[in-house]
Amino acid sequence: MIRLNNVVASYRTGRGSINAVDGVTIEIPDGCILGVAGESGCGKSTLMKVLYGDILSPMTLASGSIEYGFVDRRGAPVTSHTVQQEWFRRVSYVPQSSMNSLNPVIRISQQFIDFPGNDPDKRRVLEQVRAYIGKLGLPAEALDAYPHQLSGGMRQRMMIAMATFFQPELILADEPTTALDVVVQKEILMLLMELQEEMGNTIVLVSHDMGVHYQVTHRMLIMYAAKAVEYGDSDSVFEAPLHPYTRMLISSLPTIGDDRARDGIPGRPPSLWGELRGCRFADRCPFATDRCRVEEPVLVEHRPGHFAACHYAGAEMPSGGVQWQ
Amino acid sequence: MAVILRTEGLNKVYRLGSFGRARTIQALNDVDISVESDNPVIIAVVGESGSGKTTLAKTLLRLVEPTSGRAIVYDKVVAGRGAQPGKREFLSSIQPIFQNPFEAFSRYRTVDAYLFETADRVAGLRGQAAEAAVEQALASVGLEFADVVGKYTNQFSGGELQRVSIARALIPQPSLIVADEPVSMIDASRRMIIINLFKRLRDEAGRSFLYITHDLATAYYISDFVAVMNKGQVVEFGAARDVMSNPQHAYTRLLLGSIPTTRSRWRPRKAAAAPH
Repeated sequence: MIRLNNVVASYRTGRGSINAVDGVTIEIPDGCILGVAGESGCGKSTLMKVLYGDILSPMTLASGSIEYGFVDRRGAPVTSHTVQQEWFRRVSYVPQSSMNSLNPVIRISQQFIDFPGNDPDKRRVLEQVRAYIGKLGLPAEALDAYPHQLSGGMRQRMMIAMATFFQPELILADEPTTALDVVVQKEILMLLMELQEEMGNTIVLVSHDMGVHYQVTHRMLIMYAAKAVEYGDSDSVFEAPLHPYTRMLISSLPTIGDDRARDGIPGRPPSLWGELRGCRFADRCPFATDRCRVEEPVLVEHRPGHFAACHYAGAEMPSGGVQWQ
Repeated sequence: MAVILRTEGLNKVYRLGSFGRARTIQALNDVDISVESDNPVIIAVVGESGSGKTTLAKTLLRLVEPTSGRAIVYDKVVAGRGAQPGKREFLSSIQPIFQNPFEAFSRYRTVDAYLFETADRVAGLRGQAAEAAVEQALASVGLEFADVVGKYTNQFSGGELQRVSIARALIPQPSLIVADEPVSMIDASRRMIIINLFKRLRDEAGRSFLYITHDLATAYYISDFVAVMNKGQVVEFGAARDVMSNPQHAYTRLLLGSIPTTRSRWRPRKAAAAPH
């Protein structure tokens, strides 16, 4: 189990410091695919950086901690300060843009060999790599290619092959299919799901596409303006969302066969620079009351394993105005 | 009825490599589509990356010369053999909107410079007339002139800047706007603002759109017609609702089946092999 205890990640800038992740406390069970959703700027990529232990200036872990639930070589529990030692072997990362992540002037095979801590016998490593990518349905010739010679989908599959080669306990995927079209996206997501089922490890998947989350994830974390606003089993979150923002995210995009007008989510998230009072979603929420504008809701368990930060979570929502799915 | 868009045997062959290792890619392969209507329409072109949809857009925008065939927009031949209108007339009847507004505008110039340049060079407006046209175009996309003038691209969000680029395209009052993946860079929660704007511009301002996308759900939502492209060919073309609710071609069904919906889950394939 991975435990996030009141994680606050902030960026130091010339204007002062700003909390991009502001007090997130959740427990991620082992062997599950966790989806993270929310608008641009809600803190989902910063949360991924913290989980990966990629905490570099101007970002700092202002307070809180992460327990990964496994120990390092010396037997000490891994924390966000020592997780860098576990990169590749136990914690790996699939970035959004494979073109910017692969070295453009080195063949793919060499990039596999370059992994730190690999077997010094290059030929043996190469044989393992060849066997592995064959199992993933990738042609062996692709290993001899330079990144630009492969299609976007093929490159992203190579990135996934690299990220899963050592069977890490935790894989972080930040919008892994955003740049790809639907047919390739489905193949990549199916590959990730199959690998996860096989290895039984934990995947944290960031995407802004709620359809992708519905297809792939077991648990869902919804973030809004640096806060966790809903967390629970995907089935429960999609069937009976507790937070109005989650409902709007699910129903804001059109679907084929449904001719109802969709308006997106009106308004925009609050600036994190200003003083934030009450519920951060109150200005855009059709159900907000005076209480919401003054008192900040905390993330509490409303159903077993299903948390939400809303004063009226689970209460009957008045209908009309906003169309729920 | 006016011919809003017609392509006749449109072909485009790209040559890659040199001498001994040259190879060709048929980006457009005998594309024949025809849309006739009295009212402005939104025509969607959908397909995978590399299916030729962007080449089709570039051909209509005269950024690419077709190898053979021709394209007609609002009864005028705009590309290929016998293309008539001069550059200025062409640009005032067809205008583009590109995928990434941050790349479409230079970050070293204020965005209103582009708006006034379009007013001057394409619409032939100067001084107060130009200012009025810019103001009106911005108002029709829901932006205030005062909020845009003098600002650089980094002072806008992606959605706002894309609306500025739509406003720019509207200044010469074109009959057709070619929009190549206009919402794919925009946050999912504000995509519908742009999509609904296209709908409103069709219904209220009488603009037709060629909407190029790989997002079939938004194509279904706003389009009157849809062309499904695969490997340079149009494999299915027709009224959007007919094509998407009753797809005839196997490729259209593959595309529709790959959309991650929140209605039904994909069935897992055979289990994958674990490494080593």
